[in-house]
Amino acid sequence: MRLINRHPDRGGRLLLILLPFALLLFAYFAGSVSRLAENPNDKLLPSASQMAQAVDRLAFTEDKRTGNYLFWEDTGSSLKRLGLGIGIAALVGLCLGIAAGTLPLFSAPLSPLLTILSMVPPLAILPILFIVFGLGELSKVMLIVIGITPVLARDLEQRAREIPPELLIKAQTLGASTWTLILRVVLPQLLPRLLIALRLVLGSAWLFLIAAEAIASTDGLGYRIFLVRRYMAMDVILPYVMWITLLAWLMDLGLRRVTQLCFPWFEGSKV
Amino acid sequence: MKPFIEVRNVWQEYADQVVLERLNLNINEGEFCTMVGASGCGKSTFLRLLLGQERPSKGEILLGGEPLAGEPDASRGVVFQRYSVFPHLTVLDNVAIGLELPRAPIFGRLFGAGKREAREQAAVMLRKVGLGHALDKYASQLSGGMQQRLAIAQALIMKPRVLLLDEPFGALDPGIRKDMHSLLLELWNETKLTVFMVTHDLSEGFSLGTRLLVFDKTRIDPHAPNAFGARITYDIPLNSDRHAQRAVIESLPAHIGAHLYGDTQ
Repeated sequence: MRLINRHPDRGGRLLLILLPFALLLFAYFAGSVSRLAENPNDKLLPSASQMAQAVDRLAFTEDKRTGNYLFWEDTGSSLKRLGLGIGIAALVGLCLGIAAGTLPLFSAPLSPLLTILSMVPPLAILPILFIVFGLGELSKVMLIVIGITPVLARDLEQRAREIPPELLIKAQTLGASTWTLILRVVLPQLLPRLLIALRLVLGSAWLFLIAAEAIASTDGLGYRIFLVRRYMAMDVILPYVMWITLLAWLMDLGLRRVTQLCFPWFEGSKV
Repeated sequence: MKPFIEVRNVWQEYADQVVLERLNLNINEGEFCTMVGASGCGKSTFLRLLLGQERPSKGEILLGGEPLAGEPDASRGVVFQRYSVFPHLTVLDNVAIGLELPRAPIFGRLFGAGKREAREQAAVMLRKVGLGHALDKYASQLSGGMQQRLAIAQALIMKPRVLLLDEPFGALDPGIRKDMHSLLLELWNETKLTVFMVTHDLSEGFSLGTRLLVFDKTRIDPHAPNAFGARITYDIPLNSDRHAQRAVIESLPAHIGAHLYGDTQ
């Protein structure tokens, strides 16, 4: 039988899903055990118990200096920045995308501008952000906003153009003005596509957040990782990375569920 | 009697291509015009001119003595071959939206009693086109024929004076197409709509229309195929019995006439 026609059955599928994860974990812990056997003070590949201790120290023990739980404090400030950044970017991107994608008079000046702006590497203008907005929260949120808004806006512009012109004409024959047409036809059709676009830019949003926190911050997940790097504290860095990955994955899952729940018509309309 | 729609010396040209030339036409109110012709001979272009989606390069179109509005509006309903219904709304809301949009300039939707009333009216219209059982389905879940029924209901709820149909049944199975024909004739009989329908199906054009317009090029230059546009080469009155029947019923006193229509349903 040709490879292209061979499908795993249910059990086989589950096995195939778990296999790469199991292999990764096995490779890591095999390496960790052999290094620690040679040198019990080795910091490069900490064992599971060392990582558990580090998590316990940061997440479930009060910090002696501030009296806070650093892990949760870091998570809170990072999520706040990320949420603000993504929220603002989604709103601005949606407005720009709708304007450029539905109104020809707005499309002419906006589309080329957005194309050019989305080519500016956001990390290259990070120093400018720090100079303009200071080292506070604003510049970190702004980095996320500037980083993902042009991408969102361009994607939504394209999606708005894909709405069949027949629908826009039909809405006009049903008495819609430009405003109500956008409100009742364009916006509801773009919202599920916005959620999909957000899932795709989630990775970049985290990238910009951690970059900003690494450079100028006093808390946050990215800050902590870059702080303990000086002590080669892999027992902290690895759990933090796993935690960030888990958070990102949960956000992706959440966005997908929201799309299915709020826009049940969407999947069907693509068939 | 002044004609309802007057087409005066209309030309439509794109860049170096002439699509329609010297179109002159008078249409009375209540006429059912079917338009046939080869592909690319300007039937759909003419429909877009009537819709206001495009404006003629030369000449003018009068609707009830007034120049036609230069953009689509509620006076002219339309059903396209595809993409005529909103996939993100339920069947009921697809029709109710037509009652909501003109009355709610800020939110585009009605609330409370207004919304209930709009939905009730929409439900009545939907039962008339045979969609009473599918009110809560999303439009994207409907079959092709049901979507076209919905699109017709959507257009008629606005009580337009003109209904424009651009190959509305072109993508449907023959059996369903027949059902749609009887539905359309029934609705045309009930309302005093003026209908324009583009079709590729000659028999459809002959059986439905009270007037058949054939679009064709009268002059062809083989070295410049785009130099001349299409004109209406045949203008055939059809089904005059339907006209006569309608005229008789209209001449009756209103209460008897209304009763008659009630019986035919």
